Amino acid sequence: MDLSLFLIQTLNGVQYGLLLFLIASGLTLIFGIMHIINLAHGALYMVGAYLAFWLTSLVGNLFLAIILALPIALMMGILIERFLIRHLYARAHLDQVLLTFGLILIFNALQSIIWGNDVHSVPVPEWLNHSVALTDNLRYPVYRLFISGVCITIAIGMYLLIQRTRLGMIVRAGADDREMVRSLGVNINRVYTLVFAAGTALAAFAGMIASPVSSVYPGMGESVLILAFVVVVIGGIGSIKGAFLGALLVGLTATWGTVLAPNFASAAVYALMAIVLLFKPRGLFA
Amino acid sequence: MLDIPKSIRILLLLLTVLLACYPLWGEFFFGDRYEYYLQKLTFMMLLAILALSLDWLVGITGMVSIAQAAFFGVAGYTLVMLTPEFAAANVWVVLPAALVMAALAALVIGLLVIRTHGIFFIMATIAFSQMLYYLFHDAPFFGGSDGIYMFFRPEVSIGGVQLLNLEDRQTRFFIALVSLVAIYLLLRVMLRAPFGRVLRGIKENETRMRALGYNPLFYKLAAFVIAGTIAGYAGFLYTVQDAFVDPSAVSWTLSAHALVMVILGGLGTLFGPVLGAFAFEWLHYGFSNVTRHWELPLGIVVILMVLLLPRGIAGLLLDLSNRIPERKPDPAPAQGKGAAEAKPPIRETTKEARP
Repeated sequence: MDLSLFLIQTLNGVQYGLLLFLIASGLTLIFGIMHIINLAHGALYMVGAYLAFWLTSLVGNLFLAIILALPIALMMGILIERFLIRHLYARAHLDQVLLTFGLILIFNALQSIIWGNDVHSVPVPEWLNHSVALTDNLRYPVYRLFISGVCITIAIGMYLLIQRTRLGMIVRAGADDREMVRSLGVNINRVYTLVFAAGTALAAFAGMIASPVSSVYPGMGESVLILAFVVVVIGGIGSIKGAFLGALLVGLTATWGTVLAPNFASAAVYALMAIVLLFKPRGLFA
Repeated sequence: MLDIPKSIRILLLLLTVLLACYPLWGEFFFGDRYEYYLQKLTFMMLLAILALSLDWLVGITGMVSIAQAAFFGVAGYTLVMLTPEFAAANVWVVLPAALVMAALAALVIGLLVIRTHGIFFIMATIAFSQMLYYLFHDAPFFGGSDGIYMFFRPEVSIGGVQLLNLEDRQTRFFIALVSLVAIYLLLRVMLRAPFGRVLRGIKENETRMRALGYNPLFYKLAAFVIAGTIAGYAGFLYTVQDAFVDPSAVSWTLSAHALVMVILGGLGTLFGPVLGAFAFEWLHYGFSNVTRHWELPLGIVVILMVLLLPRGIAGLLLDLSNRIPERKPDPAPAQGKGAAEAKPPIRETTKEARP
């Protein structure tokens, strides 16, 4: 194997992993803080991608489309939390699984009603639509580097928000002891709404920036959902740091698997999870 | 729940008899569609077995698994892979092989996930079942996403004498019915046996069971493998019925559907999930007849069910049967034995707590 292929696959793996991190971090936050398992997280990723496709075709620019789509995604998160998830805090995980599975069905149907079942592509914005030379005969698309950069920025921002701000402090306290935080005068319900909406927006945003690379198609949320689960299981539930490292591991494994053993590429990721579970049944950072 | 009220037992018996007599009354009511509904009912009964196996895990042992379809599908693939292209397979070879493969898959996945709890368990089961899905989906050896057809159904004969003709629709219908009833009764017996009591104890309080000297990991693994094998049996018959298998038989969506059947029917009641399977498939079929977008009404039904009817159809039936005054006050010996137990099952207490 030559060096350039190695370099390209590694860059692709890192980019894929960082994208997975955006999705998995929302999932792990929602679980770690609200103790809610959200199967519809992948569907929200899909909705994000479709919103990006639809709005880009209307306004002609991906970034403008993202700016328009983000409030929609936030609003969806707020509505879902207010009207559905809120009834489930005292219920068993089983009910959460079922309700969010019902949401998947609804999102899939709405996607097919509104946008049809065709595969769509989203154009890369003009000023990012070129490639840089890595070595003499090797070029790499700038847009993929851009995705990685955005994801890293968000990861750092999230870390600072949770570790260094008052809001982050309340969120962390709410994860530990909900009643105590409430009796200290914090409106914990509002915090939960915020966390859920933020998680939704993260998943939808991941779908939006990934849309030019991955194209937009029905059912695109489900494979991503399962991979995000794998990331969370590897990293440990509720741990942002775990989600970050888990996502990079999964991204690199998946990309390298495709090169080395195409027929078993998807299975390689699960083998990784099996190994982690054997030695660390609670994940690497729980 | 150990004892089913008499009125519900009678209802279940009546429904079973009605179903068994379908070949007698079906043609009269449905005319041309008789054959079609015969097949449909066969599929429903086999999915009911899948739902039963899942209730054994979720409702009795308290393990929320989303991997049940994996064992269903593994058995189906084993059958198709072992069937020669131009001849029928021997059922005495392929059936045990399919069950062993399903049990093995359950043992391996079970060993990996058994030490995890709660939400972690849910995610791990979903992920491992998806691993099998991709294995069948990506490997050309297994027919990929197109699936594989089975041109000859297995032969059931002893010493060259044919016992059952699996190519006959009516035979398959009755095999499904007998299997469903037999597995239901088997699980009922196991539920009363010491093994079933330990499982219910684990569901209520795992730490206490460990303190009592039971090894919860062993019992949970055993429950997982038993449920997986039963799911495999359902998958075997389903593939015989369909004469076809594709990765959707292994998909986590099917596992989630089975979970919806269990909850729609009534968690932990065993008879509920069977009713739930019929109700769910009936809704599924009804909606897909009306609209291409059947997922929308189905999703709404699932959400409403979680919010408004958490105890399912069985819960409704139990409430109704409580209104019917029992003729005999108390069948003393049977009740006395039940009361000697440490405490009543958790579902009973929550039921009384609710208005």
